[in-house]
Amino acid sequence: MRLLSALVIYLTLTLGAIAQLAVHATGDLGVVIERTTGSVLIVDQSDMDVLARVEGFGDLSHASAVFSPDERYAFIFGRDGGLTKLDLVTQTIAGRVMQAGNSIGGAISDDGLLVAVSNYEPGGVRVFDAETLDLVADFPTGSKTIGLVDAPGGRFVFSMWDSGETWIADMSGAAPEVTKITGMGVNPYDALITGDGRRYIVGLFGEDGLSTLDLWSETPTVQRVLPGYGHGEEPLPVYKMPHLEGWALAGDRFALPAVGRHEVLWLDAQRLTELGRTKTHGQPVFAVARPDGRHVWVNYAHPNNDTIEVIEAASGEILHTLKPGPAVLHMEFSARGHRVWVSVRDANRIDIYDTHTFEKIGEIPAQTPSGIFFTARAHRIGL
Amino acid sequence: MAILFVIALCAPPLWAGSLSLSRQEQLAHLITQDCGSCHGLNLTGGLGRAITPEALKGRTVEGLQTIVLDGIPGTAMPSWRPLLSETEAKWIAAYLLEVNE
Repeated sequence: MRLLSALVIYLTLTLGAIAQLAVHATGDLGVVIERTTGSVLIVDQSDMDVLARVEGFGDLSHASAVFSPDERYAFIFGRDGGLTKLDLVTQTIAGRVMQAGNSIGGAISDDGLLVAVSNYEPGGVRVFDAETLDLVADFPTGSKTIGLVDAPGGRFVFSMWDSGETWIADMSGAAPEVTKITGMGVNPYDALITGDGRRYIVGLFGEDGLSTLDLWSETPTVQRVLPGYGHGEEPLPVYKMPHLEGWALAGDRFALPAVGRHEVLWLDAQRLTELGRTKTHGQPVFAVARPDGRHVWVNYAHPNNDTIEVIEAASGEILHTLKPGPAVLHMEFSARGHRVWVSVRDANRIDIYDTHTFEKIGEIPAQTPSGIFFTARAHRIGL
Repeated sequence: MAILFVIALCAPPLWAGSLSLSRQEQLAHLITQDCGSCHGLNLTGGLGRAITPEALKGRTVEGLQTIVLDGIPGTAMPSWRPLLSETEAKWIAAYLLEVNE
């Protein structure tokens, strides 16, 4: 009898401990940047709910995130040079370094061992051990450095706003090897790498057109695409720089935001020639393909940033218009594209839509939300 | 930021009288969030330079007002004239310089 009651007590304690652990697998989690408060929400996609708010990330304007291959850690890149490692399992900060004075995003290597950060001040890229956050390599560029992505083969690729160069840093050997490509164009403002790791596309602020590199080539050379897309017309004032992300491929074409024009540009993904353009509600900030590539969702710069338009990739026609509210900053699709989460900064809200019916199916409160990043990015080149 | 709001709204420049309190709040929000998208949320810089009072030392309200209205050609600083009145641009310049008289 005494043995039985001991067993009962033991089982009660054990089950209690398990219940308290509240295991959350990370595969359908994500993080939401709360830009003004320097906090990050850990969210559950299926439950459409917030699991935790973690604070202490510093200045999170223009912050972004990448994930470790096991989807346990998010690396958050803050504006103020802070690189913070967030543990999604324990919901705590696992490490943090102030690695520069002013930063603009980062990338994680294909093997998950290195995290690189792109800096405005001092201009360049710094590479850190993903486990310890110890500095591994430093690439000063003497320029504001943008468009940092990971490429297959342990490489990082990044571009310079001031000097118009792109550098490829190969981290796979004993010492880093840097290939420098000059003449990418005037004032590169952002860049993307395609999901196959082959093409690096650089958006230019200071000239009419974009540049690409074929990273499968032994000696990549600059190829101009969509030259003169503005027809020499005076561009409209740009109140927010467009963003390029590895979600540009929509079927057989890339969707790219025009600079200083109310247009999405369509580029043949094979020939790199213009297929057409879609007149839009405002100046695109993100033109993001749903993962199946059938639709492209577009948000806009101030003062047209209350609107999202959904464009059918094949026809270039606008299928649907949404008005989520003031200051739509970012859109993030579920891995298979059935839902999209939209940050509505000035409404302090995340809206969640069914991407087939365009019905809003949920919302969660968030303080001035900007970037939304789902853990499935861990398994995509360039994200 | 809340403290800045209070300072700005308690002691607005005299000529700002033509701007309603709610418009002044909107402009303060615009500075933080939309100027902030290039100049940083804390105005400590980004693609655009730092525009904190220290960083703007030596600038005049009128000089900054002109930059806000007309932008800086050859750079990413756009002209805000399509979206802001001269008074609003002046209010923003004074806010950035923390000039209250």
